[in-house]
Amino acid sequence: MPARPEEDASLRPVPWRRMAWVTWRQHRIALGGVAASLGALAVYVWIAGLELHHAYAAATACHPNSSPACADLISRFNFMNHALHDGYLLQPGPALIGALVGAPVLARELETGTFRYAWTQGFGRWRWTLAKLVPLAVVVAAAAGALSVLFSWYYQPYFATGNQTLSLNEASPLAVSLFALRGVAFAAWTLTAFAIGGLAGVLIRRVVPAIVATLAAYAGLVIAAGNFLRQHYLTPLVTTNPDVPSSAWIMSQWWTKGGKFAFAGRPPESLLQQLCSSSPVGPLGKPSHQTLFQCLSQHGYTTWTSYQPAAAGSGHSSGSRAAGCSRCRCCSSP
Amino acid sequence: MNVVEASRLSKRYGRTWALRECSLAIPAGHVAALVGPNGAGKTTLLNLAVGLTAPSAGEVTVLGGCPAGSPAALDVIAFVAQDTPLYKNLSVADMLHLTRNLNRHFDKRYAEARLGELGIPLKRKAGKLSGGQQAQLALTLALARRPRLLVLDEPMAMLDPLARHDFMARVMTAMAEDGVSVVLSSHVLAELERVADYLILLSGGSVQMAGEVDDLLARHRVLSGPAAEADRFMERLGVVHARRGEAQAHLLIRTNGSTDPVPPGWEEHPVSLEELTLAYLREPGAAALPGPARGRGAEPSEVSN
Repeated sequence: MPARPEEDASLRPVPWRRMAWVTWRQHRIALGGVAASLGALAVYVWIAGLELHHAYAAATACHPNSSPACADLISRFNFMNHALHDGYLLQPGPALIGALVGAPVLARELETGTFRYAWTQGFGRWRWTLAKLVPLAVVVAAAAGALSVLFSWYYQPYFATGNQTLSLNEASPLAVSLFALRGVAFAAWTLTAFAIGGLAGVLIRRVVPAIVATLAAYAGLVIAAGNFLRQHYLTPLVTTNPDVPSSAWIMSQWWTKGGKFAFAGRPPESLLQQLCSSSPVGPLGKPSHQTLFQCLSQHGYTTWTSYQPAAAGSGHSSGSRAAGCSRCRCCSSP
Repeated sequence: MNVVEASRLSKRYGRTWALRECSLAIPAGHVAALVGPNGAGKTTLLNLAVGLTAPSAGEVTVLGGCPAGSPAALDVIAFVAQDTPLYKNLSVADMLHLTRNLNRHFDKRYAEARLGELGIPLKRKAGKLSGGQQAQLALTLALARRPRLLVLDEPMAMLDPLARHDFMARVMTAMAEDGVSVVLSSHVLAELERVADYLILLSGGSVQMAGEVDDLLARHRVLSGPAAEADRFMERLGVVHARRGEAQAHLLIRTNGSTDPVPPGWEEHPVSLEELTLAYLREPGAAALPGPARGRGAEPSEVSN
């Protein structure tokens, strides 16, 4: 039996690159799965995106836009790729990547007991953990980043400024479902899910429960961020113009009279009875919204609206609004 | 040099103490066996020694002062955990490559030669090997790292008698040829006599008996004689454990090397390691430790049969 190699006086640790093989060997199936599914998704989005951009170009170039031919092109664009349209289908992407790649990294070692092998090797436990988590996180985030570039390109036509005047579908960059897909957000969410997965794996020490917990925690975080945090992403605009763009995401609405706060939200029934009972009645037997606004402002009430511009939750526009004042902040000054 | 040295080492899981103020020193150059009832803290002690768990109090060092779990310690200690965990989906060749990549030293030629002798195919998945083969693979991986200390947690639990024999033969060869020190925990007392030359008996989270096997055996005797006279000796001699029949009584006594004459009507026998261990396991109050003794003088209880 050959003798043990001489002791190094200066104990040089096992080089990091040797761990690269280990990480690759143990996670190549997960990484391959992610690469294959993201690749397939990317190809689909790319092909759909080419069609969408094509249809958009055709619809915007059409002249005069009230002609039946143009209306056809416009509705073709509006009804195109319904699966991708509002982005909800792509929402679980980061969660799945995070849960399926992130959660098993440590949970499987702890579940099967192999951590007792891995962490007693010369490489060392902390370095081993880092050498697994960091490259996987980088790869996963890079893949998600590349995908988000594609998504950003795909959704571009919906964010163009002229859409409303042409009755083309419009979407807000702040919409709950689209915000998370574009720019750094998608990669960041993927990284978040990966981190949640890793943490859940350590705490729960079992693969399947860790995956479930990751999905649950991620869903909660996304819903909370979309519904409670996103509205603070930009400072909302405040306007006294009752004609808030229909695509606006309204935060709150209140009324003042003579510079004093009167009431918030909808006008109370009693006030309307008292002031506007003589207003002309609409087809439903009630005065229309517009008439009530007029009636109240004639009596000295001013309506205030704080909103995120061009931020309809659904991303649809009715296309019926007056042209020329879709999103310009200048003409909706308070 | 001590391969494992613990001072007032304690480990608590929740409210239970797995190990309590445990102090011990295992000298180098032995196959040291850690025995004790279930829950005595054997696995905890080994996990602490290899750095898998951190102590709640006290400290443990290995190989002459390296903190357990430090890079210097991990580099020269090989650990084969209970049930020999391996990556079941990796082939034997991949397991070799993996271990090679995770360590500064790995003797691939030795490992391949060993596996060849054992008839373990390199292409087979580790999970498809028999229990004995998995244990042998884990041991081979550990030995190919050329450790100075080999730590084995219940290596024989899963093995049939033949596999046990092969496994321990491999350990003994490494010990003889490479000078590897070995610390192992085991339930299988009968096997220990053949392999272990140092014994540590853990009970209730602390060391009850420790010492070189030859020394321990030399310091204990079994006296057999009429049961009626047994009581006379119970007080005078250091009786560890008394086993009484109707006519005969067998007293396991601590002679501590002195050669007191055997009383008339009594016979003296040397004690076997298994007998000695069982006697101490049955008497958790009794202790035999090298150096200044601790916790001696507990009254031995009697077991009738």
